[in-house]
Amino acid sequence: MNRRKLEENFFKFLMALSLGLVFLALAGIILIVLIKGLSSLSWSMIFETPKGGYYLGGEGGIANAIVGSLYLVAGATVLALIISLPVALALQKEYLGKRFADITRLVLDILWGTPSIVYGAFGFVVMVWLGLRASLLGGIIVLTLLMIPIMTRAMDEAVRLVPYELKEMAYAMGTTRFETTLAVVLRQAFPGVCTGVILAVGRGIGDAASILFTAGYTDEIPRSLFDPVASLPLAVFFQSGTPVPEVQARAFTAALILLVIVLVINIVARLLGWRFSKNIVR
Amino acid sequence: MKRRFKDIVAFASGRLFLIFVNALALLIFCGLLLKAAPILQTVSLTDLLFSSVWHPMKHQFGLFPFIVSTLAVTLLAMLMAIPVCLFASIYLAEYASRRFREVSRLIIDILAGIPSVIYGLCGILVIVPFVAVVGEYLGVSTTGYSLLAGGLVLAVMVIPFIIAISVEVLRMIPGPFRESALALGATKWETVKYVVLKKAAKGLVAAVVLGFARAFGETMAVLMVVGNVAQAPSSIFDPAYPLPALIANNYGEVMSIPLYDAALMSAALILMTVVALFSLTAHYALSRLGDHND
Repeated sequence: MNRRKLEENFFKFLMALSLGLVFLALAGIILIVLIKGLSSLSWSMIFETPKGGYYLGGEGGIANAIVGSLYLVAGATVLALIISLPVALALQKEYLGKRFADITRLVLDILWGTPSIVYGAFGFVVMVWLGLRASLLGGIIVLTLLMIPIMTRAMDEAVRLVPYELKEMAYAMGTTRFETTLAVVLRQAFPGVCTGVILAVGRGIGDAASILFTAGYTDEIPRSLFDPVASLPLAVFFQSGTPVPEVQARAFTAALILLVIVLVINIVARLLGWRFSKNIVR
Repeated sequence: MKRRFKDIVAFASGRLFLIFVNALALLIFCGLLLKAAPILQTVSLTDLLFSSVWHPMKHQFGLFPFIVSTLAVTLLAMLMAIPVCLFASIYLAEYASRRFREVSRLIIDILAGIPSVIYGLCGILVIVPFVAVVGEYLGVSTTGYSLLAGGLVLAVMVIPFIIAISVEVLRMIPGPFRESALALGATKWETVKYVVLKKAAKGLVAAVVLGFARAFGETMAVLMVVGNVAQAPSSIFDPAYPLPALIANNYGEVMSIPLYDAALMSAALILMTVVALFSLTAHYALSRLGDHND
Protein backbone atom coordinates (compact mmCIF):
# COMPACT_ATOMS: atom_id res chain seq x y z
CA MET A 1 0.00 0.00 0.00
CA ASN A 2 2.75 2.36 0.98
CA ARG A 3 4.71 1.66 -2.18
CA ARG A 4 1.73 2.51 -4.36
CA LYS A 5 1.29 5.82 -2.60
CA LEU A 6 5.00 6.52 -2.97
CA GLU A 7 4.78 5.86 -6.70
CA GLU A 8 1.82 8.20 -6.99
CA ASN A 9 3.69 10.97 -5.20
CA PHE A 10 6.88 10.39 -7.15
CA PHE A 11 5.14 10.80 -10.49
CA LYS A 12 3.16 13.75 -9.23
CA PHE A 13 6.47 15.37 -8.36
CA LEU A 14 7.80 14.69 -11.86
CA MET A 15 4.68 16.26 -13.35
CA ALA A 16 4.97 19.35 -11.22
CA LEU A 17 8.64 19.60 -12.17
CA SER A 18 7.88 19.33 -15.90
CA LEU A 19 5.13 21.89 -15.79
CA GLY A 20 7.32 24.15 -13.67
CA LEU A 21 10.06 23.95 -16.33
CA VAL A 22 7.59 25.00 -19.02
CA PHE A 23 6.36 28.01 -17.05
CA LEU A 24 9.94 28.87 -16.14
CA ALA A 25 10.86 28.92 -19.84
CA LEU A 26 8.12 31.45 -20.59
CA ALA A 27 8.98 33.61 -17.58
CA GLY A 28 12.68 33.41 -18.52
CA ILE A 29 12.14 34.45 -22.11
CA ILE A 30 9.88 37.36 -21.21
CA LEU A 31 12.22 38.56 -18.44
CA ILE A 32 15.35 38.32 -20.60
CA VAL A 33 13.78 40.19 -23.50
CA LEU A 34 12.25 42.77 -21.17
CA ILE A 35 15.40 43.50 -19.18
CA LYS A 36 17.80 43.45 -22.11
CA GLY A 37 15.38 45.22 -24.43
CA LEU A 38 14.39 48.07 -22.13
CA SER A 39 17.99 49.22 -21.78
CA SER A 40 18.11 50.66 -25.29
CA LEU A 41 14.42 51.32 -25.80
CA SER A 42 13.73 54.97 -26.59
CA TRP A 43 11.37 57.07 -28.66
CA SER A 44 13.97 57.42 -31.37
CA MET A 45 14.23 53.59 -31.59
CA ILE A 46 10.53 53.43 -32.43
CA PHE A 47 10.04 56.53 -34.56
CA GLU A 48 13.30 56.95 -36.48
CA THR A 49 14.82 55.03 -39.34
CA PRO A 50 18.52 54.05 -39.12
CA LYS A 51 20.86 56.97 -39.72
CA GLY A 52 24.45 56.88 -40.98
CA GLY A 53 26.61 54.62 -38.80
CA TYR A 54 23.57 53.05 -37.09
CA TYR A 55 25.02 49.57 -37.45
CA LEU A 56 28.21 50.72 -35.72
CA GLY A 57 26.29 52.08 -32.76
CA GLY A 58 25.23 55.44 -34.27
CA GLU A 59 21.94 57.31 -34.13
CA GLY A 60 18.61 56.14 -35.41
CA GLY A 61 15.94 53.53 -34.77
CA ILE A 62 14.05 50.66 -36.29
CA ALA A 63 10.93 52.42 -37.53
CA ASN A 64 11.73 50.92 -40.95
CA ALA A 65 11.32 47.41 -39.52
CA ILE A 66 8.22 48.19 -37.49
CA VAL A 67 6.40 49.85 -40.39
CA GLY A 68 7.72 47.19 -42.79
CA SER A 69 6.36 44.36 -40.66
CA LEU A 70 2.98 46.09 -40.41
CA TYR A 71 2.83 46.60 -44.20
CA LEU A 72 3.78 42.99 -44.86
CA VAL A 73 1.30 41.50 -42.43
CA ALA A 74 -1.54 43.87 -43.36
CA GLY A 75 -1.20 42.98 -47.04
CA ALA A 76 -0.84 39.27 -46.39
CA THR A 77 -3.79 39.20 -43.97
CA VAL A 78 -6.16 40.78 -46.49
CA LEU A 79 -5.08 38.42 -49.28
CA ALA A 80 -5.14 35.34 -47.03
CA LEU A 81 -8.60 36.27 -45.72
CA ILE A 82 -9.95 36.62 -49.26
CA ILE A 83 -8.83 33.07 -50.00
CA SER A 84 -9.34 31.38 -46.63
CA LEU A 85 -12.88 32.42 -45.79
CA PRO A 86 -14.47 31.06 -49.00
CA VAL A 87 -12.50 27.83 -48.62
CA ALA A 88 -13.61 27.36 -45.01
CA LEU A 89 -17.25 28.00 -45.99
CA ALA A 90 -17.04 25.78 -49.07
CA LEU A 91 -15.89 22.91 -46.85
CA GLN A 92 -19.42 22.70 -45.35
CA LYS A 93 -21.13 19.46 -46.18
CA GLU A 94 -23.90 21.17 -48.16
CA TYR A 95 -21.30 22.25 -50.67
CA LEU A 96 -18.81 19.45 -50.71
CA GLY A 97 -18.72 15.64 -50.64
CA LYS A 98 -17.00 14.06 -47.66
CA ARG A 99 -14.18 12.64 -49.76
CA PHE A 100 -13.09 15.92 -51.30
CA ALA A 101 -13.49 17.70 -47.95
CA ASP A 102 -11.30 15.12 -46.20
CA ILE A 103 -8.62 15.42 -48.86
CA THR A 104 -8.67 19.22 -48.62
CA ARG A 105 -8.31 19.09 -44.84
CA LEU A 106 -5.38 16.70 -45.22
CA VAL A 107 -3.73 19.01 -47.77
CA LEU A 108 -4.26 21.96 -45.42
CA ASP A 109 -2.65 20.01 -42.57
CA ILE A 110 0.35 19.28 -44.76
CA LEU A 111 0.63 22.91 -45.85
CA TRP A 112 0.27 23.97 -42.21
CA GLY A 113 3.23 21.80 -41.24
CA THR A 114 5.43 22.78 -44.17
CA PRO A 115 8.51 24.63 -42.83
CA SER A 116 8.51 28.36 -43.53
CA ILE A 117 11.95 28.15 -45.15
CA VAL A 118 10.33 25.96 -47.82
CA TYR A 119 7.73 28.67 -48.45
CA GLY A 120 10.61 31.13 -48.67
CA ALA A 121 12.48 29.03 -51.23
CA PHE A 122 9.33 28.42 -53.26
CA GLY A 123 8.39 32.09 -53.08
CA PHE A 124 11.80 33.01 -54.40
CA VAL A 125 11.39 30.65 -57.35
CA VAL A 126 8.03 32.23 -58.16
CA MET A 127 9.49 35.72 -57.89
CA VAL A 128 12.36 34.91 -60.23
CA TRP A 129 9.83 33.47 -62.65
CA LEU A 130 7.71 36.64 -62.45
CA GLY A 131 10.82 38.84 -62.76
CA LEU A 132 10.37 40.36 -59.28
CA ARG A 133 13.23 41.32 -56.99
CA ALA A 134 13.08 41.10 -53.20
CA SER A 135 10.22 43.48 -52.46
CA LEU A 136 7.18 44.27 -50.36
CA LEU A 137 5.02 42.46 -52.92
CA GLY A 138 7.20 39.33 -52.79
CA GLY A 139 7.08 39.29 -49.00
CA ILE A 140 3.32 39.73 -48.99
CA ILE A 141 2.84 36.85 -51.44
CA VAL A 142 4.95 34.45 -49.39
CA LEU A 143 3.36 35.44 -46.08
CA THR A 144 -0.07 34.98 -47.67
CA LEU A 145 0.82 31.40 -48.64
CA LEU A 146 2.12 30.80 -45.11
CA MET A 147 -1.03 32.20 -43.48
CA ILE A 148 -3.65 30.50 -45.69
CA PRO A 149 -3.50 27.04 -44.04
CA ILE A 150 -3.45 28.46 -40.49
CA MET A 151 -6.43 30.71 -41.16
CA THR A 152 -8.44 28.18 -43.12
CA ARG A 153 -8.05 25.38 -40.58
CA ALA A 154 -9.07 27.62 -37.68
CA MET A 155 -12.08 28.97 -39.61
CA ASP A 156 -13.07 25.48 -40.71
CA GLU A 157 -13.13 24.33 -37.07
CA ALA A 158 -15.39 27.29 -36.20
CA VAL A 159 -17.72 26.70 -39.15
CA ARG A 160 -17.99 23.01 -38.34
CA LEU A 161 -19.12 23.78 -34.80
CA VAL A 162 -22.28 25.54 -36.02
CA PRO A 163 -25.12 23.13 -35.14
CA TYR A 164 -26.74 21.58 -38.19
CA GLU A 165 -30.21 21.99 -36.65
CA LEU A 166 -29.72 25.75 -36.79
CA LYS A 167 -29.04 25.59 -40.52
CA GLU A 168 -31.98 23.22 -41.02
CA MET A 169 -34.28 25.81 -39.51
CA ALA A 170 -33.11 28.34 -42.07
CA TYR A 171 -33.48 25.81 -44.89
CA ALA A 172 -36.99 24.97 -43.73
CA MET A 173 -37.91 28.60 -44.33
CA GLY A 174 -36.81 28.29 -47.92
CA THR A 175 -33.41 29.98 -47.88
CA THR A 176 -30.66 28.96 -50.25
CA ARG A 177 -27.34 27.57 -49.03
CA PHE A 178 -25.65 30.91 -49.74
CA GLU A 179 -28.23 32.88 -47.74
CA THR A 180 -27.98 30.46 -44.83
CA THR A 181 -24.20 30.72 -44.93
CA LEU A 182 -24.32 34.49 -44.78
CA ALA A 183 -27.12 34.91 -42.26
CA VAL A 184 -26.60 31.95 -39.94
CA VAL A 185 -23.23 30.28 -40.33
CA LEU A 186 -21.04 33.36 -40.64
CA ARG A 187 -22.75 35.04 -37.72
CA GLN A 188 -22.42 31.97 -35.53
CA ALA A 189 -18.84 31.29 -36.51
CA PHE A 190 -17.75 34.92 -36.27
CA PRO A 191 -15.68 34.65 -33.06
CA GLY A 192 -13.89 31.59 -34.41
CA VAL A 193 -13.22 33.34 -37.71
CA CYS A 194 -11.76 36.35 -35.88
CA THR A 195 -9.58 34.12 -33.72
CA GLY A 196 -8.33 32.33 -36.82
CA VAL A 197 -7.38 35.58 -38.52
CA ILE A 198 -5.60 36.90 -35.46
CA LEU A 199 -3.67 33.68 -34.87
CA ALA A 200 -2.49 33.76 -38.47
CA VAL A 201 -1.41 37.39 -38.03
CA GLY A 202 0.59 36.35 -34.97
CA ARG A 203 2.35 33.61 -36.90
CA GLY A 204 2.93 35.83 -39.92
CA ILE A 205 4.43 38.79 -38.10
CA GLY A 206 7.02 36.66 -36.32
CA ASP A 207 8.16 34.58 -39.24
CA ALA A 208 11.64 35.33 -40.49
CA ALA A 209 12.65 32.38 -42.65
CA SER A 210 9.97 32.89 -45.29
CA ILE A 211 10.73 36.57 -45.94
CA LEU A 212 14.50 36.25 -45.72
CA PHE A 213 14.97 36.19 -49.51
CA THR A 214 11.61 37.47 -50.64
CA ALA A 215 11.21 40.78 -48.79
CA GLY A 216 14.84 41.84 -48.55
CA TYR A 217 15.99 44.43 -46.01
CA THR A 218 16.42 48.18 -46.26
CA ASP A 219 16.86 51.24 -44.06
CA GLU A 220 14.07 53.06 -45.87
CA ILE A 221 10.33 52.81 -45.40
CA PRO A 222 9.08 51.38 -48.72
CA ARG A 223 7.25 53.78 -51.05
CA SER A 224 5.86 51.22 -53.49
CA LEU A 225 5.05 47.53 -53.64
CA PHE A 226 8.25 46.91 -55.58
CA ASP A 227 10.64 48.39 -53.01
CA PRO A 228 12.44 46.05 -50.63
CA VAL A 229 11.13 46.19 -47.08
CA ALA A 230 12.60 45.67 -43.60
CA SER A 231 10.83 43.59 -40.96
CA LEU A 232 11.05 43.11 -37.20
CA PRO A 233 12.11 39.45 -37.10
CA LEU A 234 14.89 40.13 -39.58
CA ALA A 235 15.88 43.24 -37.61
CA VAL A 236 16.34 40.96 -34.60
CA PHE A 237 18.27 38.42 -36.64
CA PHE A 238 20.63 40.79 -38.45
CA GLN A 239 21.38 42.96 -35.43
CA SER A 240 22.11 39.97 -33.20
CA GLY A 241 24.73 38.85 -35.73
CA THR A 242 26.84 42.02 -35.59
CA PRO A 243 29.93 42.29 -33.38
CA VAL A 244 29.04 45.76 -31.99
CA PRO A 245 27.55 45.49 -28.46
CA GLU A 246 25.27 48.54 -28.89
CA VAL A 247 23.74 46.99 -31.98
CA GLN A 248 23.34 43.61 -30.25
CA ALA A 249 21.46 45.35 -27.46
CA ARG A 250 19.19 46.83 -30.10
CA ALA A 251 18.40 43.32 -31.29
CA PHE A 252 16.78 42.80 -27.91
CA THR A 253 14.86 46.05 -28.26
CA ALA A 254 13.54 44.88 -31.63
CA ALA A 255 12.70 41.54 -30.00
CA LEU A 256 10.88 43.34 -27.20
CA ILE A 257 8.73 45.29 -29.67
CA LEU A 258 8.00 42.10 -31.62
CA LEU A 259 7.19 40.18 -28.44
CA VAL A 260 4.81 42.89 -27.21
CA ILE A 261 3.00 42.89 -30.58
CA VAL A 262 2.68 39.08 -30.55
CA LEU A 263 1.50 38.98 -26.93
CA VAL A 264 -1.11 41.67 -27.55
CA ILE A 265 -2.31 39.81 -30.65
CA ASN A 266 -2.65 36.58 -28.67
CA ILE A 267 -4.53 38.18 -25.81
CA VAL A 268 -6.85 40.14 -28.12
CA ALA A 269 -7.64 36.90 -29.98
CA ARG A 270 -8.73 35.23 -26.77
CA LEU A 271 -10.69 38.22 -25.48
CA LEU A 272 -12.50 38.53 -28.81
CA GLY A 273 -13.42 34.86 -28.77
CA TRP A 274 -14.76 35.23 -25.24
CA ARG A 275 -16.60 38.53 -25.90
CA PHE A 276 -18.42 37.43 -29.04
CA SER A 277 -19.24 33.94 -27.89
CA LYS A 278 -21.99 35.42 -25.69
CA ASN A 279 -24.40 35.58 -28.65
CA ILE A 280 -23.71 32.08 -29.90
CA VAL A 281 -26.20 29.22 -29.82
CA ARG A 282 -24.53 25.94 -28.87
CA MET B 1 -34.43 33.02 -59.83
CA LYS B 2 -31.99 35.71 -58.82
CA ARG B 3 -31.47 34.05 -55.44
CA ARG B 4 -30.80 30.75 -57.08
CA PHE B 5 -28.30 32.39 -59.41
CA LYS B 6 -26.45 33.94 -56.46
CA ASP B 7 -26.28 30.56 -54.79
CA ILE B 8 -24.76 28.99 -57.88
CA VAL B 9 -22.21 31.78 -58.24
CA ALA B 10 -21.22 31.39 -54.58
CA PHE B 11 -20.92 27.65 -55.03
CA ALA B 12 -18.73 27.99 -58.11
CA SER B 13 -16.41 30.56 -56.59
CA GLY B 14 -16.08 28.47 -53.43
CA ARG B 15 -15.03 25.51 -55.56
CA LEU B 16 -12.49 27.67 -57.36
CA PHE B 17 -10.78 28.68 -54.12
CA LEU B 18 -10.88 25.08 -52.89
CA ILE B 19 -9.14 23.90 -56.03
CA PHE B 20 -6.56 26.67 -55.63
CA VAL B 21 -5.68 25.56 -52.09
CA ASN B 22 -5.33 21.94 -53.14
CA ALA B 23 -3.29 22.93 -56.17
CA LEU B 24 -1.02 25.05 -53.99
CA ALA B 25 0.49 22.03 -52.25
CA LEU B 26 1.07 20.33 -55.58
CA LEU B 27 2.47 23.54 -57.05
CA ILE B 28 5.01 23.98 -54.24
CA PHE B 29 6.11 20.38 -54.54
CA CYS B 30 6.39 20.45 -58.34
CA GLY B 31 8.07 23.86 -58.31
CA LEU B 32 10.78 22.60 -55.97
CA LEU B 33 11.11 19.36 -57.93
CA LEU B 34 11.52 21.21 -61.22
CA LYS B 35 14.19 23.48 -59.74
CA ALA B 36 16.01 20.61 -58.04
CA ALA B 37 16.00 18.31 -61.08
CA PRO B 38 19.14 19.73 -62.82
CA ILE B 39 21.34 18.62 -59.94
CA LEU B 40 20.50 14.97 -60.56
CA GLN B 41 21.96 15.18 -64.05
CA THR B 42 25.43 15.93 -62.63
CA VAL B 43 25.31 14.22 -59.25
CA SER B 44 23.73 10.84 -58.59
CA LEU B 45 21.00 10.61 -55.99
CA THR B 46 23.14 8.46 -53.68
CA ASP B 47 25.99 10.96 -53.94
CA LEU B 48 23.63 13.82 -53.20
CA LEU B 49 22.22 12.13 -50.12
CA PHE B 50 25.22 10.22 -48.78
CA SER B 51 28.37 12.02 -49.88
CA SER B 52 30.05 14.18 -47.27
CA VAL B 53 31.91 16.39 -49.72
CA TRP B 54 30.39 19.87 -49.92
CA HIS B 55 32.36 22.03 -52.35
CA PRO B 56 29.87 24.07 -54.38
CA MET B 57 32.75 25.73 -56.24
CA LYS B 58 33.95 22.35 -57.50
CA HIS B 59 30.43 21.08 -58.21
CA GLN B 60 30.47 18.63 -55.35
CA PHE B 61 27.17 18.68 -53.53
CA GLY B 62 27.03 16.09 -50.77
CA LEU B 63 24.15 16.83 -48.45
CA PHE B 64 25.06 14.09 -45.96
CA PRO B 65 26.53 16.36 -43.22
CA PHE B 66 23.44 18.54 -43.37
CA ILE B 67 21.02 15.63 -43.28
CA VAL B 68 22.85 14.09 -40.32
CA SER B 69 22.89 17.46 -38.55
CA THR B 70 19.16 17.94 -39.07
CA LEU B 71 18.35 14.46 -37.79
CA ALA B 72 20.73 14.76 -34.83
CA VAL B 73 19.49 18.14 -33.67
CA THR B 74 15.84 17.10 -34.05
CA LEU B 75 16.29 13.78 -32.26
CA LEU B 76 18.21 15.43 -29.45
CA ALA B 77 15.44 18.00 -29.03
CA MET B 78 12.75 15.32 -29.03
CA LEU B 79 14.67 13.24 -26.49
CA MET B 80 14.65 16.17 -24.09
CA ALA B 81 11.14 17.34 -24.94
CA ILE B 82 9.19 14.06 -24.77
CA PRO B 83 9.42 13.30 -21.01
CA VAL B 84 8.62 16.91 -20.09
CA CYS B 85 5.68 16.99 -22.49
CA LEU B 86 4.33 13.64 -21.31
CA PHE B 87 4.36 14.51 -17.61
CA ALA B 88 3.17 18.08 -18.07
CA SER B 89 0.26 17.07 -20.28
CA ILE B 90 -0.77 14.21 -17.95
CA TYR B 91 -0.89 16.69 -15.12
CA LEU B 92 -2.90 19.22 -17.11
CA ALA B 93 -5.35 16.65 -18.48
CA GLU B 94 -5.82 14.37 -15.46
CA TYR B 95 -4.91 16.16 -12.26
CA ALA B 96 -5.37 19.89 -12.77
CA SER B 97 -8.54 21.77 -11.91
CA ARG B 98 -10.50 23.27 -14.77
CA ARG B 99 -9.36 26.76 -13.89
CA PHE B 100 -5.68 25.85 -13.68
CA ARG B 101 -5.96 23.97 -16.97
CA GLU B 102 -7.40 27.01 -18.72
CA VAL B 103 -4.75 29.37 -17.37
CA SER B 104 -2.01 26.91 -18.34
CA ARG B 105 -3.52 26.54 -21.77
CA LEU B 106 -3.23 30.30 -22.25
CA ILE B 107 0.40 30.28 -21.10
CA ILE B 108 1.24 27.38 -23.40
CA ASP B 109 -0.48 29.04 -26.35
CA ILE B 110 1.53 32.19 -25.72
CA LEU B 111 4.77 30.17 -25.58
CA ALA B 112 3.86 28.44 -28.84
CA GLY B 113 3.23 31.82 -30.48
CA ILE B 114 6.58 33.43 -29.63
CA PRO B 115 8.53 34.04 -32.87
CA SER B 116 11.48 31.75 -33.43
CA VAL B 117 14.02 34.56 -33.70
CA ILE B 118 13.25 35.43 -30.09
CA TYR B 119 13.94 31.85 -29.02
CA GLY B 120 17.20 32.08 -30.97
CA LEU B 121 18.15 35.38 -29.36
CA CYS B 122 17.55 34.04 -25.84
CA GLY B 123 19.45 30.91 -26.87
CA ILE B 124 22.51 32.97 -27.79
CA LEU B 125 22.35 34.78 -24.47
CA VAL B 126 21.64 31.85 -22.12
CA ILE B 127 22.00 28.44 -23.71
CA VAL B 128 25.18 28.95 -25.73
CA PRO B 129 27.24 30.15 -22.72
CA PHE B 130 25.64 27.41 -20.62
CA VAL B 131 26.74 24.74 -23.10
CA ALA B 132 30.23 26.28 -23.20
CA VAL B 133 30.46 26.06 -19.41
CA VAL B 134 29.22 22.47 -19.34
CA GLY B 135 31.70 21.58 -22.09
CA GLU B 136 34.56 23.17 -20.18
CA TYR B 137 33.52 21.32 -17.03
CA LEU B 138 33.57 18.03 -18.93
CA GLY B 139 36.89 18.88 -20.54
CA VAL B 140 35.58 19.26 -24.09
CA SER B 141 36.64 22.26 -26.12
CA THR B 142 33.54 23.97 -27.46
CA THR B 143 32.43 27.49 -28.28
CA GLY B 144 28.94 26.69 -27.10
CA TYR B 145 27.54 27.06 -30.62
CA SER B 146 26.82 23.36 -30.96
CA LEU B 147 24.42 20.54 -31.62
CA LEU B 148 23.46 20.53 -27.93
CA ALA B 149 22.62 24.25 -27.95
CA GLY B 150 20.48 23.76 -31.06
CA GLY B 151 18.76 20.77 -29.50
CA LEU B 152 18.01 22.66 -26.28
CA VAL B 153 16.54 25.68 -28.05
CA LEU B 154 14.51 23.42 -30.31
CA ALA B 155 13.24 21.42 -27.32
CA VAL B 156 12.00 24.59 -25.61
CA MET B 157 10.28 25.56 -28.86
CA VAL B 158 8.42 22.31 -29.54
CA ILE B 159 7.40 21.56 -25.94
CA PRO B 160 4.37 23.90 -25.89
CA PHE B 161 3.37 22.65 -29.34
CA ILE B 162 3.40 18.99 -28.28
CA ILE B 163 1.74 19.66 -24.90
CA ALA B 164 -1.17 21.48 -26.55
CA ILE B 165 -1.96 18.47 -28.77
CA SER B 166 -1.29 15.85 -26.05
CA VAL B 167 -3.70 17.50 -23.61
CA GLU B 168 -6.41 17.48 -26.30
CA VAL B 169 -5.73 13.80 -26.95
CA LEU B 170 -5.87 12.85 -23.26
CA ARG B 171 -9.07 14.82 -22.73
CA MET B 172 -10.70 12.82 -25.53
CA ILE B 173 -10.47 9.56 -23.54
CA PRO B 174 -13.99 9.03 -22.13
CA GLY B 175 -14.46 9.32 -18.36
CA PRO B 176 -16.00 5.85 -17.75
CA PHE B 177 -12.64 4.20 -18.55
CA ARG B 178 -11.07 6.06 -15.63
CA GLU B 179 -14.03 5.44 -13.35
CA SER B 180 -13.91 1.68 -13.80
CA ALA B 181 -10.21 1.59 -12.94
CA LEU B 182 -10.69 3.84 -9.93
CA ALA B 183 -13.64 1.70 -8.77
CA LEU B 184 -11.35 -1.34 -8.79
CA GLY B 185 -9.14 0.44 -6.27
CA ALA B 186 -6.42 1.75 -8.55
CA THR B 187 -4.66 4.94 -7.53
CA LYS B 188 -4.91 7.90 -9.85
CA TRP B 189 -1.44 7.30 -11.26
CA GLU B 190 -2.21 3.61 -11.81
CA THR B 191 -5.35 4.60 -13.68
CA VAL B 192 -3.30 6.89 -15.87
CA LYS B 193 -0.56 4.31 -16.38
CA TYR B 194 -2.71 1.24 -17.12
CA VAL B 195 -5.82 2.77 -18.70
CA VAL B 196 -5.48 6.32 -19.97
CA LEU B 197 -2.00 6.08 -21.48
CA LYS B 198 -2.85 2.78 -23.14
CA LYS B 199 -5.96 4.26 -24.71
CA ALA B 200 -4.22 7.47 -25.72
CA ALA B 201 -0.97 5.91 -26.97
CA LYS B 202 -1.72 6.39 -30.65
CA GLY B 203 -2.73 10.00 -30.23
CA LEU B 204 0.29 10.78 -28.08
CA VAL B 205 2.58 9.28 -30.71
CA ALA B 206 0.85 11.47 -33.28
CA ALA B 207 1.50 14.53 -31.10
CA VAL B 208 5.18 13.62 -30.90
CA VAL B 209 5.34 13.02 -34.65
CA LEU B 210 3.84 16.45 -35.30
CA GLY B 211 6.37 17.95 -32.91
CA PHE B 212 9.15 16.15 -34.76
CA ALA B 213 7.92 17.54 -38.07
CA ARG B 214 7.78 21.03 -36.61
CA ALA B 215 11.31 20.73 -35.19
CA PHE B 216 12.69 19.21 -38.40
CA GLY B 217 11.97 22.30 -40.46
CA GLU B 218 12.63 24.98 -37.84
CA THR B 219 15.12 27.44 -39.27
CA MET B 220 15.98 30.67 -37.53
CA ALA B 221 16.26 29.68 -33.87
CA VAL B 222 18.49 26.70 -34.69
CA LEU B 223 20.54 28.63 -37.24
CA MET B 224 21.42 31.21 -34.59
CA VAL B 225 22.88 28.79 -32.04
CA VAL B 226 24.04 25.68 -33.88
CA GLY B 227 27.39 26.91 -35.24
CA ASN B 228 26.92 26.22 -38.96
CA VAL B 229 30.06 24.22 -39.83
CA ALA B 230 29.63 21.94 -42.84
CA GLN B 231 30.71 18.59 -41.37
CA ALA B 232 28.84 15.73 -39.77
CA PRO B 233 29.03 16.34 -35.99
CA SER B 234 30.70 13.59 -33.98
CA SER B 235 29.67 14.75 -30.51
CA ILE B 236 26.87 16.88 -29.12
CA PHE B 237 29.41 19.64 -28.39
CA ASP B 238 30.40 19.88 -32.07
CA PRO B 239 28.88 22.53 -34.30
CA ALA B 240 26.34 21.25 -36.81
CA TYR B 241 24.71 22.58 -39.97
CA PRO B 242 21.07 21.53 -40.50
CA LEU B 243 19.35 21.69 -43.90
CA PRO B 244 17.12 24.71 -43.17
CA ALA B 245 20.15 26.71 -42.00
CA LEU B 246 22.00 25.72 -45.17
CA ILE B 247 19.19 27.11 -47.31
CA ALA B 248 18.78 30.26 -45.23
CA ASN B 249 22.50 31.09 -45.14
CA ASN B 250 23.27 30.54 -48.81
CA TYR B 251 20.22 31.22 -50.87
CA GLY B 252 20.99 34.91 -51.37
CA GLU B 253 24.30 34.42 -53.18
CA VAL B 254 23.75 31.26 -55.21
CA MET B 255 23.33 32.86 -58.59
CA SER B 256 27.06 33.00 -59.37
CA ILE B 257 27.63 29.24 -59.09
CA PRO B 258 25.76 26.96 -61.48
CA LEU B 259 23.74 24.16 -59.90
CA TYR B 260 24.12 25.65 -56.42
CA ASP B 261 20.49 26.72 -56.36
CA ALA B 262 19.43 23.29 -57.60
CA ALA B 263 21.32 21.73 -54.67
CA LEU B 264 19.59 24.05 -52.20
CA MET B 265 16.22 23.33 -53.82
CA SER B 266 16.81 19.62 -53.36
CA ALA B 267 17.46 20.38 -49.67
CA ALA B 268 14.11 22.21 -49.51
CA LEU B 269 12.47 19.29 -51.32
CA ILE B 270 13.86 16.83 -48.76
CA LEU B 271 12.53 19.00 -45.93
CA MET B 272 9.09 19.29 -47.46
CA THR B 273 8.82 15.59 -48.28
CA VAL B 274 9.87 14.40 -44.83
CA VAL B 275 7.59 16.86 -43.06
CA ALA B 276 4.66 15.99 -45.34
CA LEU B 277 5.10 12.27 -44.62
CA PHE B 278 5.14 12.92 -40.88
CA SER B 279 2.08 15.18 -41.08
CA LEU B 280 0.28 12.50 -43.08
CA THR B 281 1.01 9.84 -40.48
CA ALA B 282 -0.11 12.04 -37.61
CA HIS B 283 -3.23 13.14 -39.48
CA TYR B 284 -4.43 9.55 -39.87
CA ALA B 285 -3.54 8.56 -36.31
CA LEU B 286 -5.44 11.56 -34.93
CA SER B 287 -8.47 11.28 -37.21
CA ARG B 288 -9.14 7.70 -36.05
CA LEU B 289 -8.83 8.64 -32.39
CA GLY B 290 -12.50 9.55 -32.08
CA ASP B 291 -13.77 5.96 -32.01
CA HIS B 292 -13.17 3.93 -28.85
CA ASN B 293 -15.16 0.84 -29.73
CA ASP B 294 -12.52 -1.75 -28.95
